[in-house]
Amino acid sequence: MEVDISEGLRALAPKLGCETVSEVQRLSAGASMETWAFVAQGAGGRQEMILRRRPGPFDEEAARSTSLATEAALITAAEKAGAPVAPLVRLCQPEDGLGEAHITARIAGETLGRKIVTDPRFEEIRPRLAGQCGKILAQIHSIPPAGISLKSADALGELDRYESLYRSFGTERPILELAFQHLRKHAPAPMPEVLLHGDFRNGNLIINETQGVAAVLDWELSHLGDPAEDLSWLCVNSWRFGMSSRPVGGFGDYQDLLDGYLEAGGVEIPLSRVRYWQALGSLKWGVMCLLMYSSYATGTTTSVERPMIGRRVSETEIDLVNLLEAGL
Amino acid sequence: MIENPRADELVDAVAKWIDSIRPGLPPRDAFLARVAANVLSVVRRELQLGPQADAAAMERLSALLGETGEVKALNALLCEKLRSGEMDAETPGLIAALKANITDQIAIDQPNYSATGS
Repeated sequence: MEVDISEGLRALAPKLGCETVSEVQRLSAGASMETWAFVAQGAGGRQEMILRRRPGPFDEEAARSTSLATEAALITAAEKAGAPVAPLVRLCQPEDGLGEAHITARIAGETLGRKIVTDPRFEEIRPRLAGQCGKILAQIHSIPPAGISLKSADALGELDRYESLYRSFGTERPILELAFQHLRKHAPAPMPEVLLHGDFRNGNLIINETQGVAAVLDWELSHLGDPAEDLSWLCVNSWRFGMSSRPVGGFGDYQDLLDGYLEAGGVEIPLSRVRYWQALGSLKWGVMCLLMYSSYATGTTTSVERPMIGRRVSETEIDLVNLLEAGL
Repeated sequence: MIENPRADELVDAVAKWIDSIRPGLPPRDAFLARVAANVLSVVRRELQLGPQADAAAMERLSALLGETGEVKALNALLCEKLRSGEMDAETPGLIAALKANITDQIAIDQPNYSATGS
């Protein structure tokens, strides 16, 4: 059923604490999730907001990602823990007529990774970002997971999942093969699991020139697991946007990230554990690129993006070889 | 094989045409047109660098495995040895050969990809 988003939002205005809704604009064209920006105007002035909604059905049991209700709970819990988020304005209810959706404030700032690592505007704040990310991750990891519906994942479980995906493509890539075997053999002893953001990387952070990290976005891959998973995903070279000499997001150093994490109450995590999970992160991204290519190869999607992303597997392979060469 | 125009020149001509119409396209199509132009750059580089990269990979894999054959078959054999544990990260020459092969592949896929600090 086609939903008139502008109409729906206008009808919702009183519940958003405003009088009028205007400038409704579709931001992303993702098939599984829609993002809309709009302006809410009322006695409190002009407020920019974001609507995120899932146009289709959702099977929470089968999905890797969380429901938007869980996402809303995570945003609220993260805010309470002190992490910068785009605060929740409303978790939409069936009577709102917008389907599965939530509304948050719109935070000003930059999300494009390449700009964050190269634009002179961020020169002054850039050296502080890695430490801030460490602190924010410690805050997120301190969230009590009780009452939030999340799945668990550990290193061996992730290797199983991604290896069976890889096998299903019937492709023979020696570096990915070596990485699966090596990471399986060298999995670190488990640590107590914590609530993870699950996709904490340059590209999912709103950065501004004065504050640094102004908000953490995209909570849909949140799960319970090894704290090093979140710290290292930010260090995967694919999210350094060409600044590979700065391992943390293309803007900072490992030590600043780990110090920031520790100072904000996070547990001590050795660099070797981060490097292990960083390799696992590259491996996962490599398999995801193969998965996106396979949706083209099997005719499920026809967009030119899909086959092209298949050529990004080699970036993860060179990163894996470099990590293996360095003994991780 | 026909010399003029070469396949890479034909690909280049299409890439240039795509670039010329991009500014007038709506945002989504402009984005996809940029992707399409990138696809053609990969094809052009593969035409130019592929045969040499393939020959070099065959040589390296043959030396590593002590077998001759096409790259696809040698890669499959290497994967089998890695799966069985007969070869691993400690195997002399393995990482060096894989690194040389993937460096040639990156030169085709993403020559600007920076992996120096990883």
